[in-house]
Amino acid sequence: MSQTLALTVNGQAVRLTVDDPDMPLLYALRNDLGLIGPHYGCGLAQCGACTVHLDGAAARSCVLPVREAAGRHVTTLEGLGTPERPHPVQAAFIAEQAVQCGYCTNGMIMQAAALLARTPQPTEAQVKEELAGNICRCGTQPRVVAAVLRAARGG
Amino acid sequence: MNAITLHRRALLRAGGAVVVAFGLGLRPRGAAAWTEKPVATDQVAAFLAIGADGEVTVYVGKVDLGTGVRTGFMQIVAEELDVPLARIRVIEGDTALTPDQGPTYGSLSIQNGGVQLRAAAATARRALLRLAAERLGADAAALRVEEGVVIAPDGRRASYADLVGGRALDLAVDANAPIKPPEARRVVGRAVPRVDIPDKVFGRFAYVHDLRLPGMLHGRPVRPPALGATAEAVEPDSVRHIPGVRQVVHRGGFVGVVAETEWAAIRAARELRVRWSDWAGLPDQAKLWEHVRATPVAQVQVTSERGDAAAAIGGAPRRLAASYDFPIHTHGSMGPSCAVAAFEGGRLTVWSASQATHNLRKQLALMLGMPAEAIRCIYMEGAGCYGRNGHEDAAADAALLAREAGRPVRVQWMRADEHGWDPKGPPHLVDLRAGLDARGDILGWESEAFIPKGAGGNVDLVAAELAGLPREGQIHPGNIIHNLALPYAVPAVKTTCHRLESTPFRPSWIRTPGRMQNTYANEAFLDECAAEAGADPVEYRLRLLPRDDPRRREVLERAARLAGWETRPSPRPDREGEVLRGRGVSYCKYELVRTYVAGVAEVEVNRRTGAFRVTRFFCAHDCGQIVNPDGVKAQVEGNIIHTLSRTLHEELSFDRRAVTSLDWASYRSISFAEVPEIVIELIDRPTERPWGAGEPAAAIVPSAVSNAIFDATGVRLRSVPFTAARLRAALQGA
Ligand code: FES
Ligand code: FES
Repeated sequence: MSQTLALTVNGQAVRLTVDDPDMPLLYALRNDLGLIGPHYGCGLAQCGACTVHLDGAAARSCVLPVREAAGRHVTTLEGLGTPERPHPVQAAFIAEQAVQCGYCTNGMIMQAAALLARTPQPTEAQVKEELAGNICRCGTQPRVVAAVLRAARGG
Repeated sequence: MNAITLHRRALLRAGGAVVVAFGLGLRPRGAAAWTEKPVATDQVAAFLAIGADGEVTVYVGKVDLGTGVRTGFMQIVAEELDVPLARIRVIEGDTALTPDQGPTYGSLSIQNGGVQLRAAAATARRALLRLAAERLGADAAALRVEEGVVIAPDGRRASYADLVGGRALDLAVDANAPIKPPEARRVVGRAVPRVDIPDKVFGRFAYVHDLRLPGMLHGRPVRPPALGATAEAVEPDSVRHIPGVRQVVHRGGFVGVVAETEWAAIRAARELRVRWSDWAGLPDQAKLWEHVRATPVAQVQVTSERGDAAAAIGGAPRRLAASYDFPIHTHGSMGPSCAVAAFEGGRLTVWSASQATHNLRKQLALMLGMPAEAIRCIYMEGAGCYGRNGHEDAAADAALLAREAGRPVRVQWMRADEHGWDPKGPPHLVDLRAGLDARGDILGWESEAFIPKGAGGNVDLVAAELAGLPREGQIHPGNIIHNLALPYAVPAVKTTCHRLESTPFRPSWIRTPGRMQNTYANEAFLDECAAEAGADPVEYRLRLLPRDDPRRREVLERAARLAGWETRPSPRPDREGEVLRGRGVSYCKYELVRTYVAGVAEVEVNRRTGAFRVTRFFCAHDCGQIVNPDGVKAQVEGNIIHTLSRTLHEELSFDRRAVTSLDWASYRSISFAEVPEIVIELIDRPTERPWGAGEPAAAIVPSAVSNAIFDATGVRLRSVPFTAARLRAALQGA
């Protein structure tokens, strides 16, 4: 009863064989594709740790059945940018040192990058509003906001 | 050779060919490498090795729990040895390789662990210079070191690699080996960027959650619906239809599933049919504080006593009394606890984000009936834990399941496991009484805390408890008696801790255990005294601070100045209109012997609804010598935000059987919109010893907020969390 799905992950066409097409995308990314950027935090769409881009929009991969990703473009933190070609939000997170344990960081960056794609010059209030569903227990919020605003300013 | 490498699954295919094998950028040290190396804390080689290529390896028993302390350790070694940061690597919390420096708690990583490491590096430097002096025929005092190369006045050079590369540094640590004087420091005291952040930002950082071993299975515990229930019957057939399920493990109250894939393990854990016995041994949450007061007392500890406080209060013209309570909390780590366990040749290797791998090893040995020498625990970073969360318990789950399965097992808890089964910060209740003279000065102060017995130590493993396997059977909530004694000079004082026999949930420490709850009670009650005296809260505190220690006064004065403190009594006189504003101060000398911290909270309260916001938080912080100012600042920010979350929202919910607040909707965490503007002033003391920064600033948060709300409204909140509903009720009652 395993099933093969075709999707695009970080710009590459992939075929994924899964036992259960209802499995959340997160497990396919982490375990089948070895992509460790997205994290399991709650599995309930409550914390943001698992955030990826689905056709450019931020999505919680912990509740998205993998079958719904078929035929679509998924981008993970690894695909957003690299040390050689960082996404502006990634560069700004380094500049602002906006990370403690970093477990939430994937979600913060992916959510913020999705915001900047829609709204390149957000206000501070818009940044906070966008990140309302992202939890950080270590207390990086002020630095995260500063980093997103820095990225919007162009570094 | 049996090196374990990360498993890269090749299920990613295009046109039938494997096109990508995503590298995980990490090759963990494996079970085979049980290197014999010195780990005794009096040996330099326990802490440092210089390779043939001149690379410096630092071995530390203290671990980076996401705080950035790894970078701090590297700075300390880079400074004392004059080697570039890029040539230093750090190995943390590996029982086979690192010294046992005690658990990573109590804000002691730099204060103790860093100072030990500094002494080892300074000892090594002195020895290396002596060797170089011989080699180069120069006077050791005339040598200088640049980037790991010793240079004589005539320009001749000998690198550390030339001198000792690849050989063990066979030296005893000299605690008095000369360290770099402040004026010569180039790395310590600077805001060096953290070494882990780039990998975390690019999705290349491997947490323990990301470790994959060849042949590894995925496990999930299946916890009982009541804390004390046992599994009377387990039906493995109920999960046979799930592809990839390998095994169901059952022993007493311990039930777990093991599967080829993580998703199969999750499904099996959800669908497994188990008949549980009934158990309903928890107290009624609505009567929690009555339960605490009625719990038998194991020990009475008087933590400070001067004069006859009871008589002083009894004879005082003005008397005050109040009770402050702080609820049960979960650590609420972002990433549920995780571990990987592998048995091989009678030995067990466990990868864990434990803050105490050396202790975990002993606990696993006890539970499994194995000699500790046959177990190796290796630290890998997890999500920030803020204390003893579920990491050790996940390790025990993984070890039990791996033993049954005969293959390596990775266990990651689900969110409900973490919220439901991590050990809890116990309920904390403090009664206070004070007597004031006609001027409002304190004549006598008495406090009584009702808190569980025990100190730091090992928290029993859930799996051992549920399976009825050997365990220590003691409770260890952390050193929660600290800071009940006052940092002020009061003529008569008595502070007493009633150490309770038991507490409803398995207790452990969460960031600033006891110190924060006691400081909350003291600093809020002191504010009540100041209000009774009609005194300005900052001035009132300054009057009480002993004069022999100028650093105490300085931190408080600087916090007040930073906040633009307006000198006047609380509450503010003009309490009109719908939105009220106020400010509150708090001060703490951590454990009365180290880091000084003072802060001011500003709040905005809607008088009609009780909704309020902390708009700004100011903090002055003196932790002695600062190794990395940006790192300290980040810790202070984290302390304030995390503790604000605990103060505003957090409270465990439970029924008679188990925890019922099992997700982030029922156990709320602070949101972006609620995070105040934070203004921090660090007081650096390069000539003093370094103290901790991971906890002290948390101590002042709940009291500063209670005091600010009082200033704004004239209403005093004494029960955490300070919810809008509670404030509304208090305002209506006022
Ligand atoms: S893990 Fe997906 S939102 Fe928490
Ligand atoms: S950095 Fe640890 S949860 Fe955000």
